[in-house]
Amino acid sequence: MQSHILSIILFTPLVGALVLLFVPKENKDAIRWIANIFALGGFLISLPLVPMFWAQRFEPGFKFLEGTPNNWIPSIGAGYNLGIDGISFLLIMLTTLLGWISILSSWTAIEIRVKEYYVWFLVLQTGMLGVFMALDFFLFFVFWEAMLVPMYLLIGIWGGPRKLYAAIKFFLYTLLGSVLMLLGILFLYFHHHTVTNPQVFTFSIPELYKTAPMIPFQYAIWLFVAFFIGFAIKVPMFPFHTWLPDAHVEAPTAGSVILAGVLLKMGTYGFVRFSLPFFPAVVSHPRVQSWMIGLSLVGIIYGALVSLMQKDMKKLVAYSSVSHLGFCTLGIFALNPLGLSGSVLQQINHGISTGALFLIVGILYERRHTREIAEYGGISNVMPVYATITMIMFLSSMGLPLLNGFVGEFTILQGAFTANWKWAAWAAPGVVLAAAYLLWLYQRVFFGTVTNPKNEKLHDLTPREVLMFVPLIVMALWIGVYPKPFFQILEQPVNQIVQTIHDNANANAPVNAQVAPEPALPASVVVGAKASN
Amino acid sequence: MVELTIFALGILLIDLWVPRESKWINAVGAFVGVLFAAVCVWQIQSTLPSGAAGFYNSLLVDRFAIYFWYLFLAGAAIAILMSVRYLDLEDEHHGEYYALLLLSVVGMMCMAAGIDIVLIFIGLELMAISTYVLVGFLRRDRRSNEAALKYLLLGAFSSGIFAYGLSLFYGLSGSTNLAIIQRAISAQNPHNPVVVIALLTTITGLLFKIAAVPFHQWAPDAYEGAPTSITGFMSVAVKAAAWAMLLRILLFGLWPLRAIYTPMIVVVSIATMTGANFAALTQSNTKRLLAYSSIAHVGYMLLAFVAMGTSQPGSPGFLDGFKGILIYLLVYTFMNLGAFAVITSLRQHNVIGDEIDDMAGLYQRAPVEAVLMLLFLLSLAGIPPAAGFLGKYYIFLSLIESGHYGLASLGVFYSLFGLYYYLKIANAMLMRAPMETERLPISLGMRCAVGVTALATIVIGVYPEPFIRGVNWSLGIVQSPHVAAMVR
Repeated sequence: MQSHILSIILFTPLVGALVLLFVPKENKDAIRWIANIFALGGFLISLPLVPMFWAQRFEPGFKFLEGTPNNWIPSIGAGYNLGIDGISFLLIMLTTLLGWISILSSWTAIEIRVKEYYVWFLVLQTGMLGVFMALDFFLFFVFWEAMLVPMYLLIGIWGGPRKLYAAIKFFLYTLLGSVLMLLGILFLYFHHHTVTNPQVFTFSIPELYKTAPMIPFQYAIWLFVAFFIGFAIKVPMFPFHTWLPDAHVEAPTAGSVILAGVLLKMGTYGFVRFSLPFFPAVVSHPRVQSWMIGLSLVGIIYGALVSLMQKDMKKLVAYSSVSHLGFCTLGIFALNPLGLSGSVLQQINHGISTGALFLIVGILYERRHTREIAEYGGISNVMPVYATITMIMFLSSMGLPLLNGFVGEFTILQGAFTANWKWAAWAAPGVVLAAAYLLWLYQRVFFGTVTNPKNEKLHDLTPREVLMFVPLIVMALWIGVYPKPFFQILEQPVNQIVQTIHDNANANAPVNAQVAPEPALPASVVVGAKASN
Repeated sequence: MVELTIFALGILLIDLWVPRESKWINAVGAFVGVLFAAVCVWQIQSTLPSGAAGFYNSLLVDRFAIYFWYLFLAGAAIAILMSVRYLDLEDEHHGEYYALLLLSVVGMMCMAAGIDIVLIFIGLELMAISTYVLVGFLRRDRRSNEAALKYLLLGAFSSGIFAYGLSLFYGLSGSTNLAIIQRAISAQNPHNPVVVIALLTTITGLLFKIAAVPFHQWAPDAYEGAPTSITGFMSVAVKAAAWAMLLRILLFGLWPLRAIYTPMIVVVSIATMTGANFAALTQSNTKRLLAYSSIAHVGYMLLAFVAMGTSQPGSPGFLDGFKGILIYLLVYTFMNLGAFAVITSLRQHNVIGDEIDDMAGLYQRAPVEAVLMLLFLLSLAGIPPAAGFLGKYYIFLSLIESGHYGLASLGVFYSLFGLYYYLKIANAMLMRAPMETERLPISLGMRCAVGVTALATIVIGVYPEPFIRGVNWSLGIVQSPHVAAMVR
């Protein structure tokens, strides 16, 4: 007996897009209502997943499996297989929530070609969910690439002045990564065929988990590089980040929210889901690990420093993403349960906080059509509700205790410290710098008297706009105050990944001196203790 | 084949009787002819499952041939749908057009099924001469005339070289049958200079016909000058026929020489991808751009051929390379014809419509066509779930399986170039303001052509299983004992 809840969640937005195709395009309000209903519906349908998943959170392996292997294209061994574990569960919930919020946020922001906009947005939503649900590499790759198309169109049609440049740059950059990944996937696929007996061709990810660690080191290192480039561009890690500011600045607000909130997570998700369990010997090799950590640390500091310099609010938030995602990759490549679970939680946090930050910038932009920080000042006098909400989200983003950012960053730093105290020491200034650029931004935009006469008549948030922030603030507080359920959800998959790495690292590679040779501690023991403090 | 010839001649006769205003009857006649031929092929397919030789062993109707026959017929049918209104606009509606189209398909069928070099050559010339005329069909257009002349001169020259190579093989083996040639060559010392010269000249002729660099110079000019519907037809059916001939000759007749020709193909494929992709980057004419892109696609297919040439028959690398080429030709037929159909529909009374600027704001003028064009372009760029991805998938898989990691990386690197120039068109269509605001009038035939190609592109992409089975079936050639004996 299979439950089809994942398919239902996956295709609800797509059905919405198809329904929209039949609405005449002059009828803009009807289009907006239908799109919002489907987006909200998509979120509500995903809610029953929470108790269902909670009930089996400690069970090993993937849950809610759908489809039998190779049922889609038997000739090549590709199947329509879905399934989730704790990591993908959290990211799916984040996606459905942010998808709804960004569609809600577009109500007045999008005035031209409204119908297409919502159609593409809903298609994008399906693509993103598919990436997190797919348990078949072929299916995964189809979603991974198909999702680029609507994003390219969102940037290119509804974007800012340099939209054509930004759209092409985004598409080319991410495609470069994914085609290299395709070669990696094909190698894994063929390798599976050569080592299994009888020989089978399959793209099934659980099957590939069994054979991929057997790849000899000299091949595995190149495969790791192929996957690494694909994911690092998406994250983006330090030298591969240059597409991000362009794409963010030119994209419409909702596009930025989705880009920062969900699309970037696909890179980190890829690291956790594929790079680590597929190439355990490579990732735990000291030199590879120190390179990864080094790039993460550079990203943290560099992103924060560049943010400090920005004159454009959206660019500032974009570069802050580089810094925050640096924390996520730091946690991943610390290769211990604390770092990994902190990293996944920080991905959720980043989706909540940075998504909210882009909404905040978008609200000002919609009213004034400029994002120059110098144009503003004293906004808290004219928009008090807005100023309060902004403060909460800024504090959450910079990692103030009792808000979500703190829990994620603290756990990551703890994980990094366990692995090597120097890493944590280098990453810590990132937290300080985050406080600096955000508070300084807040001071320049909100405090003081209104200096620019154009800002005197700005109206405060409408109920619709407040509604967008409510779920985000609730989540930020929940994770900040009581993160234990989240860590429990992550415990099983994270421990399993760390276990795989330890087993194979000892078997294949020289003993890794830099990773603390602790047997994987159950994350909940350590983290639970901290949360109850 | 005979049926098609009768229809072609029939159209020529009927054309004399049909008044100028109702020349569309010719198109209907040609379309019915294609359908009728398809039915006949289907009957042959169901009665002769294992392949049969005929015409004194010069013609082998096997699954491989039948696969290609369907491909040619599909290409011709869609090209006919595209042509009706276009020829009206160009004021060149003559019955000869459809007759020549059908005759060229007859030639292609001979090329795909021939196992005798004389028959292959006759088929090649029948196809080529028909296309020379079709390229120059717009008599009042100087570009069309120039294209036809260039194509004719270069084409005739390469045919000569090709014939010279074949004649040397005849001299070496004493027979024109590919099976006997193969046996004779495997007995020869492969470094015999006569063998090498024969191989070189033959390969030059073959590479010219598929338009691989450095023998590609005719393609951009011919594609740009030809009537757009013929450009589409040439880029798919003519190219598929040339590929069928290349596979027959190199994989069966000259298989013993693979150690000599595979390195050449490696060089040619790298040169083809490099030259075509760099040249396409700077094009501002869509037809020329697609011409270079089609040369680039030949480069990718040659990669799959390299994978085949360097692995044992029956090994995964060989089979997937073979499937890759066949699937690629299949999806290419639909996606490229679709793209050309959209470009054809831009032809208006006062606008030629083949510059990228003419695409600007197409979305406002013809939204459905614009979105479908986006689908074709993404498919050409190999983005799933469009069908083009499947072709790329098989080609890269075969390279991985035969251990050519460097070539695979080069191939994916160039596919980025491809995306860039396809997106140039997409950007113009979807993101720029239109130069004219009136909606594009689009004929029924054109709608059918665009609709069918789009449907095929998306269906093959989303549910490729039956098509992969079809290709596997056509590869039954390798398993059938009659031909397996030849491959040895």
